[in-house]
Amino acid sequence: MDKTIEELHELLKSGKVTSQELIRESLQKSHEVEEKYNAFVTILDDAKETPITDNLLSGIPFGIKDNYSTKDILSTGSSNTLKDYVPFFNATAVQKLLDAGAVPVNKTAMDEFGMGGTGTTCHTGVVKNPWDPTRMTAGSSAGSACAVAAGVYPYALGSDTGDSIRKPAAYCGIVGYKPTYGMISRYGLFPFASSLDHCGVLCRSVKDAAIVVDTMKGIDENDMTSWDSKDIHLYESLDGNVKGMKLCYIKELCDIKYYPNANEELKSHLKNFMEKIELCKSLGMTVEEVSIDEQLLNALPSVYVVISCAEATSNMSNLTGIIFGPRGNGKNYEEMMMDHRTKGFSPLIKRRFIIGSYILQKENQERYFKNAGRVRRMLVDAWKKLYETYDAVILPVSSGPAKHLDSDKDMLTKDTAVLEEHLQIGNFGGFPSITIPDGFVSGLPVALNITGNCYNDSKVLNIAYALESAMDYKNQIAKEVK
Amino acid sequence: MGKYKAVIGLEMHCELKSNSKVFSSARNSYNEIPNDNIAPVDMAFPGTLPVVNKKCVHDALMMSMVLNCKQPEYMYFDRKNYYYPDLPKGYQITQMESPVGVDGSIEIEVNGTKKTVKIHDIHLEEDAASLDHYYDTSCIDYNRAGVPLLELVTEPCLSSAEEAVAFLEHMRSAYKYCGVSEADTKKGQIRCDVNVSIMDEDATEFGTRVEVKNINSFGNVFDAINYEIKRQSELKDAGRYEEVEQETRRFDEESGTTIRMRSKVDAIDYKYFVDPNLPKFKIDEAWLEEIRKEIPLLALERKEKYITELGLSDYDASVIVKEKEYADYFEECLSLGIDAKTSSNWLTTQILGEINRTEENLNNFYLTPTLLKQITDEIEKGTISSKQAKEIFYKAVEEKKEPKSYISSDMAQISDRGALEEIITKILEENPSQVEAYKNGKDNLFDYFVGQVMKNTRGKANPVITKEILKDKLEQ
Repeated sequence: MDKTIEELHELLKSGKVTSQELIRESLQKSHEVEEKYNAFVTILDDAKETPITDNLLSGIPFGIKDNYSTKDILSTGSSNTLKDYVPFFNATAVQKLLDAGAVPVNKTAMDEFGMGGTGTTCHTGVVKNPWDPTRMTAGSSAGSACAVAAGVYPYALGSDTGDSIRKPAAYCGIVGYKPTYGMISRYGLFPFASSLDHCGVLCRSVKDAAIVVDTMKGIDENDMTSWDSKDIHLYESLDGNVKGMKLCYIKELCDIKYYPNANEELKSHLKNFMEKIELCKSLGMTVEEVSIDEQLLNALPSVYVVISCAEATSNMSNLTGIIFGPRGNGKNYEEMMMDHRTKGFSPLIKRRFIIGSYILQKENQERYFKNAGRVRRMLVDAWKKLYETYDAVILPVSSGPAKHLDSDKDMLTKDTAVLEEHLQIGNFGGFPSITIPDGFVSGLPVALNITGNCYNDSKVLNIAYALESAMDYKNQIAKEVK
Repeated sequence: MGKYKAVIGLEMHCELKSNSKVFSSARNSYNEIPNDNIAPVDMAFPGTLPVVNKKCVHDALMMSMVLNCKQPEYMYFDRKNYYYPDLPKGYQITQMESPVGVDGSIEIEVNGTKKTVKIHDIHLEEDAASLDHYYDTSCIDYNRAGVPLLELVTEPCLSSAEEAVAFLEHMRSAYKYCGVSEADTKKGQIRCDVNVSIMDEDATEFGTRVEVKNINSFGNVFDAINYEIKRQSELKDAGRYEEVEQETRRFDEESGTTIRMRSKVDAIDYKYFVDPNLPKFKIDEAWLEEIRKEIPLLALERKEKYITELGLSDYDASVIVKEKEYADYFEECLSLGIDAKTSSNWLTTQILGEINRTEENLNNFYLTPTLLKQITDEIEKGTISSKQAKEIFYKAVEEKKEPKSYISSDMAQISDRGALEEIITKILEENPSQVEAYKNGKDNLFDYFVGQVMKNTRGKANPVITKEILKDKLEQ
C-alpha cells in the first residue's frame, strides 16, 4: 500500500497481487492507524474486492473524508449532530470512483464539518500526525492526510474551503490538490461555505492526484456550479515539460525581512523554499519576485472569516434534528431545534455561527459581508493580474512544519498570519492549487504550493510534476521521527 | 367610515404549473399522499444542491412581461434565512436583490371602469412544506416544499376591497391565460397578504400600515380589507388612532375579523444574501423576445376583440372570457366555422349551464366544439328545429353519444312548402270562427294558429316557413 496507483495497477493486472489482498492490507493498516493516530470515523471491514479493469483505480482501496455522503455508510461530518446519519445516496465524486472500481475502506475524521484547521475538533477526538504524534495534522482533512501519509492507501478524498486539503497535506508530507472550482461536483459534499468549498484529493504523488481527479471530475446535473471539463485530461497532460514557464512568488510572504520575530523553523522553511525557487530556474522556468499591497494581503484572513462564517451559518441551518440527526427535547419546535444544536455542535462551530449570524444582520451586512465580498474581488483581481504575466504563483505553505498539539497557537502570531492563511486565495478565486512536499525542517516535512488561473489545472499539475521529479519527496511514507 | 381614504397594497403568491419543482427534480403536482412528491433536496439532506428549473424561470419572465415590468440583466437568487419546521434548509430560496420583474403596471377593470395598478416587483421563489397541527403533534408534508411560487407585490395604490379583488381576479385570469398556473384557490395555489392603512381624504401622508397575512380566498381578502378599514376608521373616529399599530395580523374566517399575530417591531431579520449554489446567469435578449412572442391574448384583450370584431354583446363577451377554457372553447368553435353569435349563445346558455350544474371543468366536457358543430350544422341546414337541437344536446351530454346519432330522418323538420300548405289549409278550414276573429283584428290569434300547426306536426314544422304561409293565407 506504499506504492503509486500505476504500480499497484500493474501488480493487479499481472496478478501478482489481488484486490482482496490490497483491501486486507489496507484494512489492517487502517486499524493500526486508528489505534495510533485516531484518523477514522468508520472502518469498512466488509469492503469487497472489485474486478480489475483497464481503469487505473479498479480494485485499489481509498479513503473518503466523512463529509462526503456515502450510501448506506455512516456519514457524520465528524459532528455529533449527524452521529448516526446514514445517507441513502452517494456524492457524485464518490459515485464516479465507485464506477471506476475503486474500493472505499474507511471514512476519515475531520474538523467538524470542515470548520477548523487543526484536526482537533472531530467528534471522535484529535487526529495525530504520523510523523510525530505530539503534533497536529492540520485540517480539516486531517484523517485523510494522516492515513495517506501513513500508507493506508495511495489516496483519500478531501475537501478544501480555506486550505483544508493543502495544509494537512503539507504537515503530513504528501500531495494535496484541489482543482478549479466546479471541476468536481459538490453534490453530496456536506457544505461549509458553498462559494469556497472544493472537492479534491490527498495522495503521495502528482501523477496520482491527476489520475484520481480525472475520475472525480465532470459536469453534474445536480450541481449548477459544475462545468464541462471533458477536454481536460490531467494524467495524459503530465509530460514534465516546463521550459519557458513563468512563475512568481510574493515578496511580502517569502522574504524573511518581513518576519522580525522569526524562529529557526520559519527561517529554515523560507530558506528551503528559496532553494526550491532556484531549482525551478534550473528546470528552465523563469521565476520572478512580485509585490502585492500589504494592506490587501493583510485583509485576507478576515475576508475568509467573514465569508465562510456567513455562508456556514446559513448552510448548516438544515441541522435541526427534525428530519435527520438526533431529535432534540423541548416543548415546541424552537426548543427542540435549540436542544439539538446546543448538544450537537462543538464550541468552535457555535462561535463561528454567532460571527456569521452577526455579519449577516441587516445593519452589519454592508460593513462586513458586502465589504468582504469586495475585498475578495480585489484579491482575486490582484492574482488574475499576476496570471496575465505568470503561469502560476509559487509560495511556501504555512510558517514551518506541523505545530504541536499542546500549543496550537504557538505560531499564529500576527507576523505570520497571512503566511498561514494565504492558500485561501485559491478558494476566493476558485483557482487550481496543489501542495507538494519540498523538504524537511526539524525532521518534519514542509511544503510549497503552486496555484494557477482557473481552468489551467493541467499547467499547474505539470509544474508540480516537474518539480516533484527533481526532488526526493515523491511517494514518501511517514516515519515517526521522535 | 367613508370620510377616510383607504390605501391598500397586495402580495399575491401563486403556485406555478411545471413538471418538476423549482429547484428539485421531484414532481410538482397536487398529491393527496403526503411526502410522495419529494427528492433529497426538498428535505435538505446534507450535500444536496438546488438546480433551477428553466421552465419556471421562463414562466416567471412571461408574467413579468405581462405586468409590464423591467426584466433584470442577470438572473440570480437570494437566501431568506429563518428557522421553522416547514422550512427544511433553514432558508428559502427567493429573489430579493434582482427579481424577475420590477416597476410594472397593469390595467384592470373595476365595475366597468379601467384602473391602472402599479407593480412593485414580481419574483420567483420556492414554497415551504405544509404543516398539519393536531392536538399534541404536528405533521409535516414535504410535497409542497420546493413548489415554484411567483410572488407579486403591488404598490399601495388600491383604494377598496372591490379594487383589490378585481385585481386579484384579473391576475388569476392572466396566470391561467398564460398557462403558467392552474391558479386554483381551492387547492391553495393562491395565497395573499394585504396591507391596509387609512388616511384623511385630504391627507398627503400614509397612515399606519397593518398587514394581514396568508389569506387563502378572494372572498376572505374582501372581508379582511373591509374589516380592517372599519376597525381602523372606528379607532380614528374615537380619537384612538394611535392604537392602530404597525403589525401583522391574520384573518379569522369564522368571526370575519382580523387577529393580531406580532408587531412589526418584532419583525424577523431574514439575513438575505445571494445563494452561491445558483450561479448568476445572463438573461439572453433573444430568449426574452421568444417569451414575449409566446404571450397569448389575455381576457380583456379577447373581450375587446369579441365585441368589436365579432359583434358580441359586452355581457356575452365578459362571460366568455371569464375563464380561459371558455374563451378557448369559443375560439375553437369559431375556427371550426361555427358562427360567432351561435357559438356564443350555445356556450353562454346551454354549455355553461351544464358546467355550472355539474361543476365540471369545460376542458373535460363531453360535447367538444367538434361535436357541437354536428348540432349547429343541422340547424343551419334546417333539418332540425332549435327546440330539437336542445333536446339532442342534453341527450348527447347525458348519454355521452355523438349528437348525429340522435338526428334521424324522422326528426327532420318539415320545410316542404307544399306539405306545410296542405296542413295549414286544413287547420284554417277546421277553425273558421278563429279565422273570422283574427280577420276582425284579434292579432294575437296568429300564435294560436302557429301552435296548431306545431301540434299537428309534433313540432317538426319549420317555424319560419309556417309563419310565412300562415301570414299569406290569413291576409288573403
